[in-house]
Amino acid sequence: MLTGLLGKKIGMTQIFTETGEVIPVTVIEVGPGYVVQKKNVETDGYEAVQLGFCLKRTGNHVKQNLPIKGHLKKAGLESLPISHFKEFRTGLDVQLEVGQKITCDFFKEGEKVDVTGVIKGRGFAGGVKRHGWAGQPMSHGSMMHRRPGGTGASATPSRIIKGKALPGHYGNTNMTVQSLVIRKVDIDRNLILVEGAIPGSTTGIVEVKKAVKSKKK
Amino acid sequence: MHPIISQIEKEFINKEIPEFKPGDTVRLSLLVKEGDKERIQNYEGVVIARKSGSSRETFTVRRISFGIGVERTFFVYSPVIQKIAVLRRGRVRRAKLFYLRELGEKKARIKELRNDNKEPKASAVAESKTETAE
Repeated sequence: MLTGLLGKKIGMTQIFTETGEVIPVTVIEVGPGYVVQKKNVETDGYEAVQLGFCLKRTGNHVKQNLPIKGHLKKAGLESLPISHFKEFRTGLDVQLEVGQKITCDFFKEGEKVDVTGVIKGRGFAGGVKRHGWAGQPMSHGSMMHRRPGGTGASATPSRIIKGKALPGHYGNTNMTVQSLVIRKVDIDRNLILVEGAIPGSTTGIVEVKKAVKSKKK
Repeated sequence: MHPIISQIEKEFINKEIPEFKPGDTVRLSLLVKEGDKERIQNYEGVVIARKSGSSRETFTVRRISFGIGVERTFFVYSPVIQKIAVLRRGRVRRAKLFYLRELGEKKARIKELRNDNKEPKASAVAESKTETAE
């Protein structure tokens, strides 16, 4: 079975339920995905499908180099402005054909999904921002403010323990938020609305997968 | 804002809302659910603020209930609000009337706006017989 699709984060807003509750939601433009290649145990050693997505803002004008054009031609998808590729592992029972289109109705309302994206880069960040330290007093003669403070003991062990939280590069890494509830699926506009926040900036490319921890299949 | 976001928000702007401003006295008909029963509860007071826009717009209504100031904030397009009736237009010079909190009951009175073109409809005032919940 296919597990997920690629999408683009559009932004956040809120929706009302019928009872008047307000739900904060993230709007994700999901798919449609096209099956570009199928991999199987005999030739590749594992079962998977490679999907192509048209997620560039420019629409029909996407630069594709010759190897990619040839790869798409093999699947009969050379006319599409496919800009992103993603491989998803599948079981042996997969019923997908090369060239097939998968739209966002692959996801159902009320279902749970995991969303993976690249979080915003913060550059070289201090410990207060990077690790959520409380910091030291700002006033009363304190000159400690946001410093790291002590990093370990003295002569024993005479070194810093590995993995000690210190300032350093923060952000621009992958992150997954698990078990977000899908509140709405809009097939006409290829949108899904998930409750809560997802990683990354708007227009960032995210991977939406069926939740690993969801009890409901 | 992304055009898709504003499109989604516009879908929730599906009700006719009378024009009202801070300083106006309004009566709200709110849908209250008690178990499986539904009833309408009225809430009356002075609008002291309107905030944000689009489907996210909220407004705050202040009233003095048994000598204690009560403020409730609602979404303008919330499905809970069945009706907004403007009872009285107020003449105020500020967009946010938070200064009313510091004033006594007498000083916190707001003068009625005298403008014949913008008078509230008499029908809204006539319906004032329904119960007013505290």
